Amino acid sequence: MPIAAVAVLAAVTYAFRLAGPAFRQRFRIPPAARDLPASAAAVLLIALAATSALTQGHGFAGWARPAGVTAAGLLAARRAPFPLVVVTAAVVTALLRLAGVP
Amino acid sequence: MQLFMILNMNPADRTTIVRDVVLVCLADAIVGVSFGATAVAGGLPPWVPVAMSLLVFAGGSQLAATSVVLAGGSPAAAVAAGVLLNTRLVPYGFAVADVTGNRWYTRFLGAHVTTDESVAFALRQAHTDTRKFAFWACGISLFVSWNAATIVGTVVGTMVRNTGSFGLDATFPAVMLALALPVLADGRTRAAAGTGAVTAVALTPVLPAGLPVLTALAGLAWLRSPWPRSPRPRWRRPRWRRPRWRRPGPPCR
Repeated sequence: MPIAAVAVLAAVTYAFRLAGPAFRQRFRIPPAARDLPASAAAVLLIALAATSALTQGHGFAGWARPAGVTAAGLLAARRAPFPLVVVTAAVVTALLRLAGVP
Repeated sequence: MQLFMILNMNPADRTTIVRDVVLVCLADAIVGVSFGATAVAGGLPPWVPVAMSLLVFAGGSQLAATSVVLAGGSPAAAVAAGVLLNTRLVPYGFAVADVTGNRWYTRFLGAHVTTDESVAFALRQAHTDTRKFAFWACGISLFVSWNAATIVGTVVGTMVRNTGSFGLDATFPAVMLALALPVLADGRTRAAAGTGAVTAVALTPVLPAGLPVLTALAGLAWLRSPWPRSPRPRWRRPRWRRPRWRRPGPPCR
Protein backbone atom coordinates (compact mmCIF):
# COMPACT_ATOMS: atom_id res chain seq x y z
CA MET A 1 0.00 0.00 0.00
CA PRO A 2 1.76 3.18 -1.16
CA ILE A 3 2.03 6.25 1.05
CA ALA A 4 -0.19 8.20 -1.40
CA ALA A 5 -3.10 5.80 -0.75
CA VAL A 6 -2.81 6.27 3.02
CA ALA A 7 -2.58 10.05 2.54
CA VAL A 8 -5.67 10.21 0.29
CA LEU A 9 -7.73 8.05 2.65
CA ALA A 10 -6.63 10.18 5.61
CA ALA A 11 -7.37 13.48 3.84
CA VAL A 12 -10.84 12.45 2.63
CA THR A 13 -11.73 11.00 6.03
CA TYR A 14 -10.69 14.23 7.76
CA ALA A 15 -12.72 16.29 5.27
CA PHE A 16 -15.80 14.16 6.07
CA ARG A 17 -15.28 14.77 9.78
CA LEU A 18 -14.76 18.50 9.41
CA ALA A 19 -17.86 19.02 7.23
CA GLY A 20 -20.23 19.05 10.25
CA PRO A 21 -18.42 21.60 12.43
CA ALA A 22 -17.57 23.76 9.39
CA PHE A 23 -20.95 23.94 7.62
CA ARG A 24 -23.44 23.48 10.45
CA GLN A 25 -24.56 27.13 10.36
CA ARG A 26 -25.09 27.12 6.60
CA PHE A 27 -27.13 24.02 5.93
CA ARG A 28 -28.56 20.89 7.46
CA ILE A 29 -28.48 17.30 6.31
CA PRO A 30 -31.88 16.18 4.93
CA PRO A 31 -33.36 13.37 7.08
CA ALA A 32 -33.48 10.99 4.10
CA ALA A 33 -29.71 11.31 3.60
CA ARG A 34 -28.97 10.77 7.28
CA ASP A 35 -29.54 7.00 7.37
CA LEU A 36 -28.03 6.10 4.00
CA PRO A 37 -24.33 6.28 5.01
CA ALA A 38 -24.93 4.00 8.01
CA SER A 39 -26.73 1.46 5.82
CA ALA A 40 -24.04 1.66 3.14
CA ALA A 41 -21.37 1.13 5.79
CA ALA A 42 -23.18 -1.93 7.15
CA VAL A 43 -23.56 -3.40 3.65
CA LEU A 44 -19.85 -2.88 2.93
CA LEU A 45 -18.77 -4.28 6.30
CA ILE A 46 -20.90 -7.41 5.91
CA ALA A 47 -19.63 -7.93 2.34
CA LEU A 48 -16.04 -7.51 3.55
CA ALA A 49 -16.65 -9.88 6.45
CA ALA A 50 -18.16 -12.48 4.11
CA THR A 51 -15.44 -12.29 1.46
CA SER A 52 -12.55 -12.21 3.92
CA ALA A 53 -14.07 -15.07 5.92
CA LEU A 54 -14.87 -17.35 2.98
CA THR A 55 -12.31 -16.57 0.28
CA GLN A 56 -8.54 -16.53 -0.05
CA GLY A 57 -7.32 -15.08 -3.34
CA HIS A 58 -9.88 -16.24 -5.90
CA GLY A 59 -10.77 -19.51 -4.13
CA PHE A 60 -12.28 -20.95 -0.96
CA ALA A 61 -10.42 -20.22 2.29
CA GLY A 62 -11.11 -23.57 4.00
CA TRP A 63 -13.55 -24.34 6.80
CA ALA A 64 -11.62 -23.25 9.89
CA ARG A 65 -11.86 -19.47 9.31
CA PRO A 66 -15.60 -19.32 8.44
CA ALA A 67 -16.33 -21.55 11.44
CA GLY A 68 -14.44 -19.21 13.77
CA VAL A 69 -16.17 -16.15 12.32
CA THR A 70 -19.60 -17.82 12.62
CA ALA A 71 -18.96 -18.66 16.28
CA ALA A 72 -17.92 -15.05 16.90
CA GLY A 73 -20.95 -13.73 15.01
CA LEU A 74 -23.33 -15.81 17.12
CA LEU A 75 -21.71 -14.45 20.29
CA ALA A 76 -21.93 -10.87 18.95
CA ALA A 77 -25.62 -11.34 18.10
CA ARG A 78 -26.15 -12.41 21.73
CA ARG A 79 -24.48 -9.18 22.84
CA ALA A 80 -21.37 -10.81 24.23
CA PRO A 81 -18.57 -8.40 25.20
CA PHE A 82 -16.47 -7.29 22.25
CA PRO A 83 -13.11 -8.74 23.44
CA LEU A 84 -14.76 -12.15 23.89
CA VAL A 85 -16.09 -12.01 20.31
CA VAL A 86 -12.66 -11.29 18.85
CA VAL A 87 -10.85 -13.87 20.98
CA THR A 88 -13.48 -16.54 20.16
CA ALA A 89 -12.94 -16.07 16.42
CA ALA A 90 -9.19 -16.61 16.80
CA VAL A 91 -9.42 -19.49 19.29
CA VAL A 92 -12.05 -21.51 17.38
CA THR A 93 -10.11 -21.10 14.12
CA ALA A 94 -6.80 -22.01 15.78
CA LEU A 95 -8.27 -25.10 17.48
CA LEU A 96 -9.86 -26.32 14.23
CA ARG A 97 -6.52 -25.90 12.42
CA LEU A 98 -4.77 -27.74 15.25
CA ALA A 99 -7.28 -30.57 14.71
CA GLY A 100 -6.33 -30.72 11.04
CA VAL A 101 -9.16 -28.71 9.45
CA PRO A 102 -7.72 -26.51 6.64
CA MET B 1 -12.04 25.52 29.82
CA GLN B 2 -11.92 21.75 30.09
CA LEU B 3 -11.15 21.96 33.81
CA PHE B 4 -14.28 23.99 34.62
CA MET B 5 -16.35 21.62 32.58
CA ILE B 6 -15.18 18.70 34.70
CA LEU B 7 -15.72 20.57 38.00
CA ASN B 8 -19.30 21.46 37.05
CA MET B 9 -20.28 17.85 36.62
CA ASN B 10 -21.97 15.41 38.89
CA PRO B 11 -19.20 13.06 40.17
CA ALA B 12 -21.44 10.00 39.66
CA ASP B 13 -21.90 10.86 35.98
CA ARG B 14 -18.18 11.35 35.64
CA THR B 15 -17.37 7.96 37.19
CA THR B 16 -19.85 6.15 34.94
CA ILE B 17 -18.48 7.81 31.81
CA VAL B 18 -14.87 7.12 32.77
CA ARG B 19 -15.64 3.46 33.48
CA ASP B 20 -17.44 2.98 30.15
CA VAL B 21 -14.66 4.78 28.28
CA VAL B 22 -12.04 2.46 29.82
CA LEU B 23 -14.04 -0.61 28.76
CA VAL B 24 -14.44 0.65 25.19
CA CYS B 25 -10.73 1.48 24.99
CA LEU B 26 -9.83 -2.04 26.16
CA ALA B 27 -12.13 -3.63 23.57
CA ASP B 28 -10.77 -1.45 20.77
CA ALA B 29 -7.20 -2.10 21.89
CA ILE B 30 -7.70 -5.80 21.16
CA VAL B 31 -8.90 -4.89 17.67
CA GLY B 32 -5.95 -2.52 17.26
CA VAL B 33 -3.47 -5.26 18.17
CA SER B 34 -5.08 -7.66 15.70
CA PHE B 35 -5.10 -4.91 13.04
CA GLY B 36 -1.39 -4.17 13.41
CA ALA B 37 -0.44 -7.84 13.64
CA THR B 38 -2.53 -8.93 10.62
CA ALA B 39 -1.29 -6.06 8.45
CA VAL B 40 2.37 -6.76 9.19
CA ALA B 41 2.02 -10.54 9.04
CA GLY B 42 0.31 -10.12 5.65
CA GLY B 43 3.44 -8.45 4.30
CA LEU B 44 2.81 -4.71 4.72
CA PRO B 45 5.66 -2.62 6.17
CA PRO B 46 5.04 -1.66 9.85
CA TRP B 47 4.73 2.06 9.08
CA VAL B 48 1.53 1.47 7.06
CA PRO B 49 -0.73 0.37 9.95
CA VAL B 50 0.94 2.88 12.31
CA ALA B 51 0.45 5.79 9.88
CA MET B 52 -3.14 4.72 9.20
CA SER B 53 -4.02 4.61 12.89
CA LEU B 54 -2.47 8.03 13.42
CA LEU B 55 -3.85 9.83 10.35
CA VAL B 56 -7.03 7.97 9.35
CA PHE B 57 -8.10 6.90 12.89
CA ALA B 58 -11.27 5.10 11.78
CA GLY B 59 -11.08 1.40 12.65
CA GLY B 60 -13.60 0.03 10.15
CA SER B 61 -12.05 1.76 7.13
CA GLN B 62 -8.52 0.83 8.21
CA LEU B 63 -9.53 -2.82 8.41
CA ALA B 64 -11.39 -2.56 5.10
CA ALA B 65 -8.55 -0.91 3.17
CA THR B 66 -6.01 -3.33 4.63
CA SER B 67 -8.05 -6.43 3.88
CA VAL B 68 -8.58 -5.28 0.27
CA VAL B 69 -4.82 -4.78 -0.15
CA LEU B 70 -3.98 -8.08 1.58
CA ALA B 71 -6.43 -9.87 -0.73
CA GLY B 72 -4.40 -8.52 -3.67
CA GLY B 73 -6.60 -5.56 -4.57
CA SER B 74 -5.31 -2.28 -5.99
CA PRO B 75 -4.65 0.72 -3.70
CA ALA B 76 -7.46 2.57 -5.52
CA ALA B 77 -9.99 -0.13 -4.59
CA ALA B 78 -8.70 -0.08 -1.01
CA VAL B 79 -9.09 3.69 -0.75
CA ALA B 80 -12.57 3.52 -2.33
CA ALA B 81 -13.74 0.95 0.23
CA GLY B 82 -12.30 3.00 3.10
CA VAL B 83 -13.79 6.27 1.84
CA LEU B 84 -17.24 4.74 1.32
CA LEU B 85 -17.20 3.33 4.85
CA ASN B 86 -16.29 6.73 6.26
CA THR B 87 -19.12 8.67 4.60
CA ARG B 88 -21.06 7.96 7.80
CA LEU B 89 -18.71 10.37 9.58
CA VAL B 90 -20.38 13.31 7.78
CA PRO B 91 -23.70 13.07 9.68
CA TYR B 92 -21.69 12.33 12.85
CA GLY B 93 -19.89 15.64 12.44
CA PHE B 94 -23.21 17.47 12.20
CA ALA B 95 -24.57 15.60 15.24
CA VAL B 96 -21.72 16.58 17.58
CA ALA B 97 -20.84 19.98 16.11
CA ASP B 98 -22.06 21.65 19.33
CA VAL B 99 -19.61 19.85 21.62
CA THR B 100 -16.38 20.65 19.78
CA GLY B 101 -16.44 24.29 20.87
CA ASN B 102 -16.05 27.57 18.99
CA ARG B 103 -12.29 27.94 18.80
CA TRP B 104 -10.73 26.80 15.54
CA TYR B 105 -8.20 24.47 17.20
CA THR B 106 -10.80 22.62 19.31
CA ARG B 107 -12.88 22.15 16.15
CA PHE B 108 -9.94 20.78 14.18
CA LEU B 109 -8.93 18.50 17.06
CA GLY B 110 -12.51 17.44 17.78
CA ALA B 111 -13.08 16.58 14.13
CA HIS B 112 -10.19 14.13 14.18
CA VAL B 113 -11.48 12.26 17.26
CA THR B 114 -15.04 11.99 15.87
CA THR B 115 -15.62 8.22 15.82
CA ASP B 116 -18.53 5.80 16.21
CA GLU B 117 -17.66 5.49 19.88
CA SER B 118 -17.11 9.15 20.84
CA VAL B 119 -20.30 10.22 19.02
CA ALA B 120 -22.30 7.46 20.72
CA PHE B 121 -20.93 8.52 24.12
CA ALA B 122 -21.70 12.19 23.50
CA LEU B 123 -25.24 11.61 22.23
CA ARG B 124 -26.09 9.44 25.24
CA GLN B 125 -25.67 12.42 27.61
CA ALA B 126 -28.47 14.90 28.19
CA HIS B 127 -26.53 17.97 29.44
CA THR B 128 -24.03 20.01 27.45
CA ASP B 129 -21.29 19.71 30.09
CA THR B 130 -21.54 15.93 30.33
CA ARG B 131 -21.80 15.68 26.54
CA LYS B 132 -18.56 17.59 26.14
CA PHE B 133 -16.81 15.57 28.81
CA ALA B 134 -17.99 12.24 27.35
CA PHE B 135 -16.98 13.22 23.80
CA TRP B 136 -13.50 14.44 24.68
CA ALA B 137 -12.78 11.73 27.25
CA CYS B 138 -13.76 8.98 24.80
CA GLY B 139 -12.16 10.59 21.76
CA ILE B 140 -8.77 11.34 23.30
CA SER B 141 -8.44 8.07 25.27
CA LEU B 142 -9.45 6.10 22.20
CA PHE B 143 -6.89 7.92 20.04
CA VAL B 144 -4.10 7.11 22.51
CA SER B 145 -5.10 3.49 23.15
CA TRP B 146 -5.83 2.73 19.46
CA ASN B 147 -2.41 4.00 18.35
CA ALA B 148 -0.56 2.28 21.20
CA ALA B 149 -2.38 -0.97 20.40
CA THR B 150 -1.50 -0.71 16.70
CA ILE B 151 2.20 -0.34 17.56
CA VAL B 152 2.00 -3.36 19.88
CA GLY B 153 0.25 -5.24 17.07
CA THR B 154 3.00 -4.50 14.55
CA VAL B 155 5.57 -5.84 17.04
CA VAL B 156 3.47 -8.98 17.57
CA GLY B 157 3.09 -9.33 13.79
CA THR B 158 6.86 -9.22 13.21
CA MET B 159 7.55 -11.72 16.01
CA VAL B 160 4.85 -14.28 15.19
CA ARG B 161 5.70 -15.78 11.81
CA ASN B 162 2.79 -18.17 11.38
CA THR B 163 -0.25 -16.09 12.32
CA GLY B 164 -2.56 -18.59 10.64
CA SER B 165 -2.04 -21.19 13.34
CA PHE B 166 -3.17 -18.63 15.94
CA GLY B 167 -6.36 -17.94 13.98
CA LEU B 168 -5.47 -14.27 13.66
CA ASP B 169 -6.94 -14.13 10.13
CA ALA B 170 -10.42 -14.80 11.57
CA THR B 171 -10.36 -11.68 13.78
CA PHE B 172 -10.81 -9.17 10.88
CA PRO B 173 -14.10 -10.63 9.58
CA ALA B 174 -15.33 -11.14 13.15
CA VAL B 175 -14.72 -7.49 14.04
CA MET B 176 -16.39 -6.21 10.88
CA LEU B 177 -19.40 -8.46 11.55
CA ALA B 178 -19.68 -7.19 15.13
CA LEU B 179 -19.39 -3.56 13.97
CA ALA B 180 -22.21 -3.97 11.44
CA LEU B 181 -24.65 -5.91 13.67
CA PRO B 182 -26.36 -2.94 15.41
CA VAL B 183 -27.35 -1.37 12.05
CA LEU B 184 -28.73 -4.72 10.85
CA ALA B 185 -31.69 -4.45 13.24
CA ASP B 186 -33.42 -2.68 10.34
CA GLY B 187 -35.05 -5.19 7.99
CA ARG B 188 -34.25 -3.41 4.74
CA THR B 189 -30.60 -2.90 5.66
CA ARG B 190 -30.42 -6.61 6.54
CA ALA B 191 -31.82 -7.54 3.13
CA ALA B 192 -29.37 -5.13 1.46
CA ALA B 193 -26.42 -6.57 3.40
CA GLY B 194 -27.41 -10.17 2.67
CA THR B 195 -27.79 -9.51 -1.06
CA GLY B 196 -24.53 -7.56 -1.13
CA ALA B 197 -22.58 -10.27 0.70
CA VAL B 198 -23.85 -13.03 -1.63
CA THR B 199 -23.04 -10.88 -4.70
CA ALA B 200 -19.53 -10.09 -3.43
CA VAL B 201 -18.67 -13.71 -2.58
CA ALA B 202 -20.12 -15.00 -5.88
CA LEU B 203 -18.09 -12.50 -7.92
CA THR B 204 -14.79 -13.06 -6.04
CA PRO B 205 -13.58 -15.90 -8.36
CA VAL B 206 -14.09 -13.82 -11.52
CA LEU B 207 -13.44 -10.14 -10.68
CA PRO B 208 -10.05 -8.63 -9.76
CA ALA B 209 -9.50 -8.44 -5.98
CA GLY B 210 -11.07 -5.42 -4.27
CA LEU B 211 -13.91 -4.96 -6.76
CA PRO B 212 -16.31 -7.68 -5.46
CA VAL B 213 -16.77 -5.81 -2.16
CA LEU B 214 -17.77 -2.63 -4.02
CA THR B 215 -20.39 -4.54 -6.06
CA ALA B 216 -22.10 -5.32 -2.75
CA LEU B 217 -23.40 -1.74 -2.76
CA ALA B 218 -25.92 -2.88 -5.40
CA GLY B 219 -27.75 -4.43 -2.44
CA LEU B 220 -28.65 -0.89 -1.34
CA ALA B 221 -31.46 -1.04 -3.93
CA TRP B 222 -33.42 -2.82 -1.17
CA LEU B 223 -33.64 0.49 0.72
CA ARG B 224 -36.09 1.73 -1.91
CA SER B 225 -38.34 -1.29 -1.43
CA PRO B 226 -41.76 -0.85 0.21
CA TRP B 227 -40.64 -2.86 3.22
CA PRO B 228 -41.16 -1.32 6.67
CA ARG B 229 -38.21 0.68 7.95
CA SER B 230 -38.08 -1.15 11.27
CA PRO B 231 -38.69 -4.85 11.92
CA ARG B 232 -42.36 -5.51 12.53
CA PRO B 233 -43.76 -8.47 14.49
CA ARG B 234 -45.20 -11.08 12.14
CA TRP B 235 -48.48 -11.54 13.93
CA ARG B 236 -49.51 -7.93 13.39
CA ARG B 237 -52.65 -7.54 11.29
CA PRO B 238 -52.66 -5.52 8.07
CA ARG B 239 -53.25 -1.81 8.35
CA TRP B 240 -56.73 -0.77 9.31
CA ARG B 241 -58.68 0.98 6.56
CA ARG B 242 -61.46 3.47 6.86
CA PRO B 243 -64.81 1.82 6.03
CA ARG B 244 -66.24 2.94 2.69
CA TRP B 245 -69.68 3.87 3.95
CA ARG B 246 -68.52 6.54 6.38
CA ARG B 247 -68.23 10.07 5.06
CA PRO B 248 -64.73 11.51 5.52
CA GLY B 249 -64.61 13.99 8.39
CA PRO B 250 -62.91 17.39 8.30
CA PRO B 251 -59.22 17.23 7.47
CA CYS B 252 -57.04 17.06 10.54
CA ARG B 253 -54.75 19.92 9.73
